[in-house]
Amino acid sequence: MARGTSSTDLLRFALLVCLSVALMIVDFRSQYAHYIRSTLAVFVTPLQVVATVPQEVAERISIWFISSEGLRDQHEVLKSEHVKLKAKLQKMQALERENENLRHLLHAAKKVPDRVLMAELIEVSLDPYTHKILVDKGLNDGAHIGQPVFDPSGVMGQITQVMPFTSAVTLITDPSHALPVQVQRNGLRAIAFGTGNSDRLRISYLSPNANIRVGDVLLSSGLGGRFPEGYPAARVVAVKNDPGEAFLSIDAIPIAQIDRASQVLLVWRGEQKPKILAQEFEDSRDLEAQHR
Amino acid sequence: MRRSIIIVTSFMVAFLLALVPLPEWAIMYRPDWVVLVLIYWCLEIPERVGPVVAWFVGLLVDVSQANLLGLNALGMAMVGYITNRFHFRLGMFPWWQQAISILLILVLYRALVGWIKGFIVPIHLDYPYWVPCIIGMIIWPWLSVILRDASRVAKVH
Repeated sequence: MARGTSSTDLLRFALLVCLSVALMIVDFRSQYAHYIRSTLAVFVTPLQVVATVPQEVAERISIWFISSEGLRDQHEVLKSEHVKLKAKLQKMQALERENENLRHLLHAAKKVPDRVLMAELIEVSLDPYTHKILVDKGLNDGAHIGQPVFDPSGVMGQITQVMPFTSAVTLITDPSHALPVQVQRNGLRAIAFGTGNSDRLRISYLSPNANIRVGDVLLSSGLGGRFPEGYPAARVVAVKNDPGEAFLSIDAIPIAQIDRASQVLLVWRGEQKPKILAQEFEDSRDLEAQHR
Repeated sequence: MRRSIIIVTSFMVAFLLALVPLPEWAIMYRPDWVVLVLIYWCLEIPERVGPVVAWFVGLLVDVSQANLLGLNALGMAMVGYITNRFHFRLGMFPWWQQAISILLILVLYRALVGWIKGFIVPIHLDYPYWVPCIIGMIIWPWLSVILRDASRVAKVH
């Protein structure tokens, strides 16, 4: 048998251990490992896409069994929602213009509107012990590390790994994630930590006399510079004041549909732009121009 | 040549099984398919599949799980080393003793990976974490028969 002696085997193994440890440290501390990941993703991404085929087939089949009546009902609901949202949007545009004028009067810096791009979820169960999802937009679409991700109702997470065609989003419920938030009612600042449970966030480091109560909506505060300001993030469900503890123990549920969303929005803040200018951006700017 | 095709195909199938979306309650209990296939080849052809191949496979697992690079690579290199080291003894064991040895290797793998993961995220290594090892042990006899048949077919033709 063409094999080395056991001591060279051991040496080789020791070398691999050192290599792994070095790689882990580099990946944890810096972004250089990103190149290795992007290269290896070439082999992995096709498998990830193929792995979703059974689910897609199941979805296609279930579409056949939707009755036309159900579809009609759904259509009605969506139509009325569309009208409502349109009305809201008109008011919003007026407000935005007014806000801009006021800012101009105050000589405040002009706010640049955020740009968004829709992304489809590819994989949701990457590792059951971390809360990460894989979406189908990557380097080639201009996605970048640290980019905020939303679903139609609220803050979802941020991109932590980009590969050529996909990127991994760390959700706000991941145990290693912390999100700077602000109470909508009074502007009180706090930090929402992930718990590893997809319907729980923990608000830490608020003193017992802080003005926060059950039902309060927490918005992203924009501090830290990662997330844009003012997007709904969570709703407070429990405030417990234990006299023996220095801080309040506060539970909140995320407003975004963390474990049900199938489409998410990637946000480019301010001057940053996605590489491909999709039709939707052009459309939205035409709309803005019309209203000016 | 044919054998390489079988090896690569078996790993690809293992990756697919590891990536296929599962219902929420089952995600925790998904067996480590890639590790099981790796152990099989480390026992069957130790002169070709060993810690180095295992390390590269583990790196691909890390990328596919969006995990820390090197985490599963380290775990799998260890699996490759141990299995290679004891492949004579393991090959002589009757099937049930072999299955128990596989359980031990899987537990060792999960312990190492879980321990390192614990540095980054607080995770509880409670009983659901170890269930995939037992499932892996149960799968093992069938998996080894299937892979043996597959490689035999490839060699005959």
